[in-house]
Amino acid sequence: MSSRFRASLLVLGAGALALAACDREEHHSRAKPIGETVPAGMSPSTIFPGSSSQPPLDPRAELYDTNANAISRGQQLYNWMNCVGCHSHGGGGMGPALMDDQWRYGSRIDQVAATIAEGRPNGMPAWRGKLTEAQIWDLAAYVSSLSGLPSKDAVSSRAESMSAGTPQTLTPHPDTTNSDAAKQ
Amino acid sequence: MTDVRAGDFEGVAGRPVPNERERVEAENRRLAEERKKIVRDGPKLTGEKLAARLDATWRRPPGIIGWLATVDHKEIGRRYIITALIFLALGGVLALAMRLQLARPDSALIGADRYNQLFTMHGSTMMFLFAVPVMEGVALYIIPLMVGTRNTAFPRLNAFSYFMYLFGGLLLWGAFVLNIGPDAGWFSYTPLSGPQFSPGKRTDIWAQMITFTEVAALAAAVVMVCTILKCRAPGMTLARMPLFVWAMLVVAVMIIFSMPAVALASGMLISDRLIGTNFYNAAEHGDALLWQHLFWFFGHPEVYIIFLPATGFVSVIVETFCRRPVFAHAVVVLALISTGILAFGLWVHHMFATGLPRVGYSFYTAASMSVSIPTGLQIFCWLATMWDGRPRFQVPMLYVVGFIVTFVIGGLTGVMVAAVPLDLQLHDTYFVVAHFHYVLIGGAVFPLLGILTYWYPKITGRMMDDMLGKIGFWMVFLGFQLAFFPMHWSGMLGMPRRVYTYPAGLGLELPNQLSTIGAFVVGLAVVLFVVNAIVSLYRGRIAGPNPWGAPTLEWAVSSPPPVYNFAHVPVVESNTPLWDGDGKLPVVTGLRVDDKEMLLTTVVAATPDLREPVAAPSLWPFIAAIAVGIVFVASIFSPWAIAFGLVPCAIALTAWFWPKELKRHPEPVID
Amino acid sequence: MSFRRQGRAAVLALLLGACSYQRYQSDFGAAATQGRQFLTLFWIFLGVCLFMYALVIAFLVAGILRRRRATDANVVETGRHHQSHPLMRTTLIGWAALIGVGLTALAIASFFADRSMAEAATGEKLSVTVTGNQWWWDIRYNSDDASKTLRTANELHLPLGVPVRIQLASNDVIHSFWVPSLAGKQDLIPGRETGITIVPKKTGIFRGQCAEYCGTQHAHMALVVVVESYADFIKWWDHQLQPAPAPANPLTLAGYNYVTSGPCSACHNIGGTPASGQVAPDLTHLASRKSLAAGALPMGKGNLYGWVADPQSLKPGNKMPTIGLEPQQLHAVVAYLETLK
Repeated sequence: MSSRFRASLLVLGAGALALAACDREEHHSRAKPIGETVPAGMSPSTIFPGSSSQPPLDPRAELYDTNANAISRGQQLYNWMNCVGCHSHGGGGMGPALMDDQWRYGSRIDQVAATIAEGRPNGMPAWRGKLTEAQIWDLAAYVSSLSGLPSKDAVSSRAESMSAGTPQTLTPHPDTTNSDAAKQ
Repeated sequence: MTDVRAGDFEGVAGRPVPNERERVEAENRRLAEERKKIVRDGPKLTGEKLAARLDATWRRPPGIIGWLATVDHKEIGRRYIITALIFLALGGVLALAMRLQLARPDSALIGADRYNQLFTMHGSTMMFLFAVPVMEGVALYIIPLMVGTRNTAFPRLNAFSYFMYLFGGLLLWGAFVLNIGPDAGWFSYTPLSGPQFSPGKRTDIWAQMITFTEVAALAAAVVMVCTILKCRAPGMTLARMPLFVWAMLVVAVMIIFSMPAVALASGMLISDRLIGTNFYNAAEHGDALLWQHLFWFFGHPEVYIIFLPATGFVSVIVETFCRRPVFAHAVVVLALISTGILAFGLWVHHMFATGLPRVGYSFYTAASMSVSIPTGLQIFCWLATMWDGRPRFQVPMLYVVGFIVTFVIGGLTGVMVAAVPLDLQLHDTYFVVAHFHYVLIGGAVFPLLGILTYWYPKITGRMMDDMLGKIGFWMVFLGFQLAFFPMHWSGMLGMPRRVYTYPAGLGLELPNQLSTIGAFVVGLAVVLFVVNAIVSLYRGRIAGPNPWGAPTLEWAVSSPPPVYNFAHVPVVESNTPLWDGDGKLPVVTGLRVDDKEMLLTTVVAATPDLREPVAAPSLWPFIAAIAVGIVFVASIFSPWAIAFGLVPCAIALTAWFWPKELKRHPEPVID
Repeated sequence: MSFRRQGRAAVLALLLGACSYQRYQSDFGAAATQGRQFLTLFWIFLGVCLFMYALVIAFLVAGILRRRRATDANVVETGRHHQSHPLMRTTLIGWAALIGVGLTALAIASFFADRSMAEAATGEKLSVTVTGNQWWWDIRYNSDDASKTLRTANELHLPLGVPVRIQLASNDVIHSFWVPSLAGKQDLIPGRETGITIVPKKTGIFRGQCAEYCGTQHAHMALVVVVESYADFIKWWDHQLQPAPAPANPLTLAGYNYVTSGPCSACHNIGGTPASGQVAPDLTHLASRKSLAAGALPMGKGNLYGWVADPQSLKPGNKMPTIGLEPQQLHAVVAYLETLK
């Protein structure tokens, strides 16, 4: 009886954990398949501010969207590639703020990835060719996380650097932010 | 035995009014009637009739509810031991997997990521889920028997402690099975374990496992301290206390002083990771070394928390099998105490390479070396006991010999790594891996295997097979040397710790191959031990109360002991009570048999002090453990879990501690 | 017992094995002042410890083998178990004194060895900053003359007999600088300044390795140290200061174009070209080094192919992404990298 009891405890605990955390921890150090591309239909000509047509979500989105390791790699690239120079730590500067819920070119991770890859008018450079596709997706995952889009338990609370405002794990969900305040 | 003094019933609010006095007198008469119904052990009630009465009083309810609600120290101790041994087996399997990976250079058997999880899990499992709990488990089982009492102090806290430990272990291993096992090492140095470099929940799971086990260990430590100081049989003065009990007293006090350090450290780590505090963030005036100081302030005493119980085991075995008490009892006790104190003054020797001021290092070198003085004295005392007595080399004694041969090597390499210039080379290499396995396996696991063989008949009622035991000993002993001696060499040849592979051509191939072979021999030997234990459970020779002819009180009761331990509480007149006198123990009588009751004695002289009611079995410790467990696990995901989760905890604890009905007891507890 | 015989054979083999690997990455290397002092102190400690161990084992064996008459022993069977042999008390005091004296002697020896190591390591003539990264070493030779400041990676050249101050810093987690043949460890801790001074006493090539667990690829964070004569060292320094050679044929030119404009340049720096990334190892004189990927692979055409084509299979988890080069791009890139002597 006691062993059955222990076994059921184990199953329960394991099940709860699986639900909570499993796919957020997947390590995929090499993007598969090699040589992936930004999907067709995501070229700059189809995404303009206010575009209403929404192509289907890229299937890779789920690999990166709430993946803790991808977000973490993206965070490092954000610093390495000097995104801070224009976007600051998400608060915006020369470039637009990334922490709010205002997205000129789409808020979905594949749209963010396309923005990073192709560049945008008024100063956003194209990173295609400088970064690999996988890196662009990592970066997109991090940028998406800045606005609190993915689940909070996949993001890091802070970096080992100078503090850049409220920890990401504590930033309120965009639904609850005052978007006017965020715009300023 | 008791008389009600009039003053007891005059109430606290001054002079009683006349009709109040009448009421009090009526109450007095009623209590006197009730007192006549109380049943006590004594001249009229002995033998089988007494046993039947006690059994009825002390037995727990049957079924799964009773299993969860039990407060019997023997059941809890047994669960602790079995659970810890399962974790030993799991940790051992991890070790074998690592040895397979390291058998060949540049091996691609296990990847870097999985290997890092493996060694983190191995270290964490062995330190937190095996070594400390198994010592606590053995102590919780044996100490009440050894000091001649019927249960531990705070038996419900004891039950709570086990469930916390179990949940912590399940959390860690559940995570590992789901490939989110921690991978920042069992020491989890910041900033590697911090939010940026350990994304995901892996390290949070490690840190909360620490929280679980430290709560469990603190609870068990409090139980042990109070049991040892207040529950000893009359006459068992501190000077007559068995050396194992002394060792556990020192260990329990050490747990109470060291665990808060790691609680603080892991709490700050969780807070860094969860809500972005900057305790360990150098860029925001935190400090990465703060972690190391706090962690090793716990981590070094931890080694002695594992080792000192083992010295207690050795003293027990040496005493019984050399047929005389350990030479210089007082010296051994002082050695235990001084080891316990010195252990808190040498944590910095784990940090010689961090660039702290060199003059400070010299102090820690001296402190680290001086800890070998008490240990050296203890070893002398055991050897002198062997020399003076007539040792019988049965299986437990073989483990003691294996312990001395092995542990002394570990102790001496410990002296080497205490020296700063040597440590700077040897630190974090396989030399250190060899060193602490000699200390922890040679110094703690060998005595543990010996003592499990020794106390197996007491716990199960049957003897373990002698032949299998001897074969097992030689396999463990020789396999161990084969596995770990070459690591001294691979360390000297420049192999760092915690590497998942090493290049060919550095001369590391042969020592690593030998280590792998040795590890598998040890693995086989452990399997043999388990097989022996399981087979002996059904086929072993019936043991009888005292199969080894041992001198201490646990052997005065039947094997396995009845649920109430002692029919009459024994009286102790020497430190080897079963060897002295005419073979019959004097006893005290007068404890109630119709209600669970324990005799408390004074701290130093162990004269009878109080009769203490013993808590009834209760589900609330289990429910409280679940509630606390939910807080710990959920706080990995959201800080709000702490606020909301505290409500069920508060409910469970309130129910647990809900005062009994305030009716006047038929007699005062104090005599 | 066959176990024991095997054990003895193994120990012998280990001893022989140890001798032949003493130079490259080993505590027995003794190729710098600290390494030598370490070895001397190690043998002293080993001697004292072996002596103490022999005493313990002798006492143990004596206790086991001692012949006792049944009536003689102080055991429970004779009823004298509370007595002890009169000599034991004296021996206990003697033993305590012996341990005390031995430990004091060792502590003093350790203290003076430490002092003399510190003294030998003074009068620095050269300053090098080594910065730890997950999982490679960034190396900067400091000079008052800015044009003489040299940046390289994963290969440290030291002049023979010159005290070199190695300043240690970390960009991410804690690492530990350890070249066993030369000296002991020193940690690289973010937010703290640490350092070590080394006086190399033997020329040769030595291998060092990160000694503090630093994440996934901790095992592949190695460092090649070349100790050479002062003249050779200066020659090496001057050569390393040169910009990368220009591509000389169409294949290397194609490689040059890809490397300096493609993804490589976002992270890597190649002196004298547009590639100026600062977050990955400097590649200016990559092909002159002895190893690739922080000691993970020996330098060579085959390994360059393997590494550039798929770094994630050779060192999984490292920060260099698998780009997925087309075959002709790969040929060109490797051909160009090979010219970076």
